[in-house]
Amino acid sequence: MNFKKQKTMLRYGPGTRANHWAMAGAFILLALSGLAFFHPPFFFLSHTLGGPVWSRVLHPFIGVVLFVLFVIIAVRQLRHNLLMHNDMKWMRQMGDVLNNRDDKLPPIGKYNPGQKMVFWALVVCIPVLLITGVIMWRPWFAGFFPIPLIRVASLLHALAAFIAIATIIVHVYAAIWVKGSIKAMTRGRVTHAWAKHHHPLWYEEEMKDPSQRAGDESAHGRDTASRHGARHDGRTSG
Amino acid sequence: MINSQNIVARSATTLPAPHARDNVVEVAKLIDVSKCIGCKACQVACMEWNDLRDDVGECHGVYDNPMDLTAESWTVMRFNEVETDFVGGEDVSREKELSWLIRKDGCMHCAEPGCLEACPAPGAIVKYANGIVDFDSNNCIGCGYCITGCPFNIPRISEKDSKSYKCTLCSDRVNVGLEPACVKACPTNCIEFGSKKDMLARAEKRVNDLKERGYEKAGVYDPAGVGGTHVMYVLHHGDDPGLYHGLPKDPRISPVVGAWKGITKPIMSAILGITAFAGFFHYITKGPKEEPTDEEVFGEGDDDHRVSREEEHRS
Repeated sequence: MNFKKQKTMLRYGPGTRANHWAMAGAFILLALSGLAFFHPPFFFLSHTLGGPVWSRVLHPFIGVVLFVLFVIIAVRQLRHNLLMHNDMKWMRQMGDVLNNRDDKLPPIGKYNPGQKMVFWALVVCIPVLLITGVIMWRPWFAGFFPIPLIRVASLLHALAAFIAIATIIVHVYAAIWVKGSIKAMTRGRVTHAWAKHHHPLWYEEEMKDPSQRAGDESAHGRDTASRHGARHDGRTSG
Repeated sequence: MINSQNIVARSATTLPAPHARDNVVEVAKLIDVSKCIGCKACQVACMEWNDLRDDVGECHGVYDNPMDLTAESWTVMRFNEVETDFVGGEDVSREKELSWLIRKDGCMHCAEPGCLEACPAPGAIVKYANGIVDFDSNNCIGCGYCITGCPFNIPRISEKDSKSYKCTLCSDRVNVGLEPACVKACPTNCIEFGSKKDMLARAEKRVNDLKERGYEKAGVYDPAGVGGTHVMYVLHHGDDPGLYHGLPKDPRISPVVGAWKGITKPIMSAILGITAFAGFFHYITKGPKEEPTDEEVFGEGDDDHRVSREEEHRS
């Protein structure tokens, strides 16, 4: 771990991380194969799943996997994504956010309003993609639906996919932009400084937990290698 | 798919298809439903020429057999018993009469094909200069978007190979100067084939004939909403094509399909590209939010975090 000089705290447990990256992989495959069917200039992307016919076959199944993974993560993160008082103020200060004037921003919780927008956009888009996708799904399901409905489903599928892909582009960029975020999702931990700086209300809340306060890495089921590293850091409590 | 050099429209293709050999006349098949006796010779001829052998079905108590188009039945006779206005004869006391309407159903070969518009696979659907809309099933991916796009509900996905199939207007026969198999087999000349111009002239003659016989609403079915078709009908009840097994009165590519496969494609693609570029240039101009240090966040005087650092130094 690269936290040699700073105390760290858990942000994402192993289950959440595994879920997130499985979902990320599924989303990338879905976006690439889906874009191939959406617009001729993207047709070459249909080779990502082993050719255009395999893309047509696999895309819907991967979609179902993504939906299931998303439901699990969405339910678990729902309470952190409800709008809070400071969120509107934070949104109005988008200029400060984009210009990295973080000190002027009001304190916010585990997720900032931008992250919450990503969450809610996907909460809307992914079920729409599932439902419209089933209606379009040949040869298994489309035959059960009237053609005018399939037409509407096809258009909505494209619109929802467009919103979802745009949202994920923003999500990926934000992770690159805000240093420390990627480590939160790859290794699960952030520094106390990162947490207090970016998510002060969440930091205060978590500090009520002694193991989080102590920066105790072993208390949350870390893998062996990390526990080993933590012992060498000499700042674990047990 | 028989000629690769007279293609005037090609699915999922943004640049012109090869069409140097496009100096050909537009062809059309004319089906005069008033002459049809429902013998199904056209169905048999279609199977015969195209080497299609659909599963043997079962009797549903009606003349329709098979009951619907399939990937191996590219044309079917549709039989409808309807009440229509009484035409001709002496018995003026009758207002209505029973009509047995028979229509040979199959691909209409639209000038503006909804299947081709919707198809995502480059070259899976082509339109030749002579007006024939053909499926190159070798490029078909089996998504069924052609079914979604078609205003006439014609293409069918095969259960055997998951490819889409429909009437080719015997493009292989037409290409070498023969008429389609169904035309050749038709015993009443109900189905005729020739240049679209000739067929329109013949249709007009037939319509006038029907009008003289009392079918005042007789008309040619060559719907403008899809740019006209290369399979046309002469209908004795031209004012109500729906009587003929729901033939649409004003077929056109659905505006929903138009939105799905039209302007949304470049607009959405552009917005996605711009979003990604905006991120890149934001990073280049504004830079990242670097990881905050303990000093920045907690200050020098923060006991908890200073202790932590001292422990680090000791170890």
